[in-house]
Amino acid sequence: MATTTLEPRAGTYQRSWVLDWLTTVDHKKIGILYIVNSFLFFFAAGILALLIRSELAIPGIQFLDQNTYNQAFTMHGTIMLFLFIIPALSGFGNYIVPLQLGAPDMAFPRINALSFWLLPLGGLLIFSGYLFGGAAAEGWTGYAPLTNRSEGVGTDLWIIGLALVGTASILGAVNFIATIFKMRAPGMTLFRMPIFVWTMLVTAVLILLATPVLAAGLIALFIDRNYGGSFFDPSVGGNPVLWQHIFWFFGHPEVYIVILPAMGVVSEILPVFSRKPLFGYRAFVFATIAIGLLSFSVWAHHMFTTGSVLLPFFSFMTALIAIPTGIKMFNWLATLWRGKLILATPMLFALGFLSMFLIGGISGVMLASPPIDFHVQDTYFVVAHLHYVFFGGSVFGVFAAMYYWFPKMTGRKLNEPLGKIHFWMHFIGFNLAFFPMHQLGLDGMPRRISDYSPDAGWTLLNMVSTVGAFMIAASIIPFLINVIATFINGEPAGDNPWEGNTLEWATTSPPPPYNFDRLPPIHSERPLFFLTHGHGHAAVRPEDLEETAEDDVERRDGAV
Amino acid sequence: MTGRTMQAHPAGEHEAAVAIQHGGSGMPTALLGMLLFIASEVMFFSGLFATYFNARATTPGAWGPPEGAHELELVLAGTLTAILLASSFTMQFGVWAVRRGDTGKLKMWTGITLALGVLFLLGQIYDYSQLGFGIADGVFGTTFYTLTGFHGAHVFGGTVGLTIILARAMRGQFSARNHVAVEAVSMYWHFVDVVWIAVFSTIYLLR
Repeated sequence: MATTTLEPRAGTYQRSWVLDWLTTVDHKKIGILYIVNSFLFFFAAGILALLIRSELAIPGIQFLDQNTYNQAFTMHGTIMLFLFIIPALSGFGNYIVPLQLGAPDMAFPRINALSFWLLPLGGLLIFSGYLFGGAAAEGWTGYAPLTNRSEGVGTDLWIIGLALVGTASILGAVNFIATIFKMRAPGMTLFRMPIFVWTMLVTAVLILLATPVLAAGLIALFIDRNYGGSFFDPSVGGNPVLWQHIFWFFGHPEVYIVILPAMGVVSEILPVFSRKPLFGYRAFVFATIAIGLLSFSVWAHHMFTTGSVLLPFFSFMTALIAIPTGIKMFNWLATLWRGKLILATPMLFALGFLSMFLIGGISGVMLASPPIDFHVQDTYFVVAHLHYVFFGGSVFGVFAAMYYWFPKMTGRKLNEPLGKIHFWMHFIGFNLAFFPMHQLGLDGMPRRISDYSPDAGWTLLNMVSTVGAFMIAASIIPFLINVIATFINGEPAGDNPWEGNTLEWATTSPPPPYNFDRLPPIHSERPLFFLTHGHGHAAVRPEDLEETAEDDVERRDGAV
Repeated sequence: MTGRTMQAHPAGEHEAAVAIQHGGSGMPTALLGMLLFIASEVMFFSGLFATYFNARATTPGAWGPPEGAHELELVLAGTLTAILLASSFTMQFGVWAVRRGDTGKLKMWTGITLALGVLFLLGQIYDYSQLGFGIADGVFGTTFYTLTGFHGAHVFGGTVGLTIILARAMRGQFSARNHVAVEAVSMYWHFVDVVWIAVFSTIYLLR
C-alpha cells in the first residue's frame, strides 16, 4: 500500500487530447494556451501593421481608404496591447510563477482557466466589428468625442470586448497575488523570490487597481453611445476630457503592466547567461515597487496639450520614474560587467531589450518635458517612442522568454542558428521601421494619417520604415520554422539546459502535472546554485529528516 | 509507512506535498482572493464616483434632477439605507453563528439578510419608477442612474451569493471549521453596504 501511493495523483485518468486542453485547469497548459492565443492575435495585428506601412510607403491613397485605414490602426494598437503583449507575458507568468515558487499550481486553478477563456472571446468580439459594417476606428485610446458620437456597432463591440479582456486581467491578477502570497514553498521567503515573480506581483497589483477604472470608463462610454447618457457630451454638461483622464489613469499603469514582466524576464536571463547573480537584488525589487507606485501619478502627461492639467506636477512625477528605471539599468549593466557572457538567442533578445528600451526610455523623458511635448504631441515622434517601449522593450522580452523557457515547456531546445537569424532580422528590421519615425515626428508628420504630400519631404523615411516593417515580418518566418521543427524533432533539452538557478529548472522538462516530486532546500534566491555549488547552510541531521518525512505523511493523509 | 519514510532524500529536500500544505497558516486563500477582488471593485466604483464629481464640478448652474422632475426622495432613500445597514448586521450575526457551529442560526440570519437585500432592490425599483427623469436627461440623470444602478447590480450579485450560501447551509455543508464561503460572501455584502453609504452620502446628503 505504501509503495503504490508514493506517486502523487497516481490514478489520473486519460481523456481525449482536445477535451483535455479545452477543460484543463493545469497552470502549465493554461500558460501555453495563453501564449499560443497571443501569437495568433500577434499575427493578425501584424498583418494590419503591414497594411498600414504599405499604405504609407509612398504618398497618395493606394489601397486603404481613410475609414479602413482608421480601423486598421485602431485594431492594430488594441490587439497588440490587449491581446498580444499583456496575455503573452501573463502566459509565461502562468507557466513559470508557480514553478519558480515551488508550488503545485496557481491558487485558483478554475478561475485561471476562466481568465484565459475570456481572452479569445473578447478578442474575437473586438475583431467581429469587421463583420458588422466596420471595426472601431477611433484609435486604441478611444478618445471622446470621437467615440461617444460615432455610428456603427464596431465601437460597441470594441467596448464589450475590452471589458471582457479587462475582466480576464483582473481575475488573473487576483490569482497571481493569491498564488504569490499563499503558495510559496517552505523557505521561499519574499526576498528569495525570483525577480520575475516580483515583477509579476507588482504587475498584478497594477492590473488589480488600474483596470477596473478603465472598466468604469468603458461602461460610461457604452451608456453614452447606447442609452443617451451624457458623460462625455459637453452640450448637456458632460466633459470629453474626462474620458482622457479615465483612460490614462488606467493607461499609464498599463504601460508598466506591459513592461514590468518583460523586465522580469530579462532579469532572469542576464544573470544566467553572464554566469553571475543579478547585481543588487533588493535595489531591483524596491525599484520595481517604486515604479508601480509612481505609475499612478503620471497619467496626465498624456494630456499636456489639453490645457486642463497641472504641467509641473505631472512633468516632475514622470521624470521621477526615470530614477527607479535607471536603477534597473545599472542593475543589468553591473550584472553583465565582467560576466562570462554566453550569447545564445535568449541572451541576444535580452540585450536587444536593454538597448532598445533604453532608447524608448530616453525619448520618454524627453516627452515628459512640456515644451518638447507641445511640439511633438500626436506626431510620429510619439509613435517611435511607444514602439521602442512596447516593441523594443516588451516584445523583445516576449521573444527572450520564448527562447529561454521553450525547453522547459516542451523538453526541446530551439535551434540556435535559426534563433540568431530571427534575432538579427528582428533587431535590424525593428530599427529600420521605427528609428526614422523619430525624425518624421520632428519634421511634423502627424500620427494616424493615411496620406501625406509628396512635397512634405517624408517619402524616403516612410519608405525605409516600410522596408523595416516587412523585414520584421520576414524574421517571423525563421521563428515559426524553428518552433514547428523543434516541436516535432528538436534537440532534447534536459531538465536544466541553461544551467539556471531558479526552481523551474529543478523539475523535469516538461514538468509533471503536479510540478515537483521534491524540492531542493531554499536558502537564497538561487536555490539550484547552492544545491550544486555551495554547502553554505547547516547540514541536516538524519533524524531531522526522518521527522520531517513523517510529518509530511501525516499532513498529507490528514488532508486527504 | 516505512517505505515512504525510508525514501532517500538528499539533505534538506522536502517532499512537494509540504508546499501544498504550506499556505495553511494565516488567512484562507479564498478570503484573500475575495479581498483582492473587493479591492478591484473599490477602484471600479472610484472610477464611477470620479465621473460623478467631474460632472458636478463642470456643470454650470444648479446640480440636481432636471427641471420639472421630482426632487430626490430623501425619506425613501434613508429607509433603504437603514434596511441595507441592518442587513450588514444580520449577515455578521450569521457569520458569528457559524463560527460557533450554530448552523441553525446561520440559516436564519442568512435568510433575513437575503430578505432585506431583496427588499432594498424592490425599494430601489420603486424609487426609480417615481423619479420622473431618466438616464438620458442630462448629466445628472446619467451619473445618478449609473452610480445607483451599478450599486444595485452589486446588491443583486450579493443576493445571488446569499442564495447560494443559504442553499448550501440547508444541505448542511458548513461547520465551525469549514465555512470559508460564508466569510467571503459576508465580506462582499459588507463591501456593498459601505459602497451604498458612499453613494447615499454623495448623492442625497452632499447636495
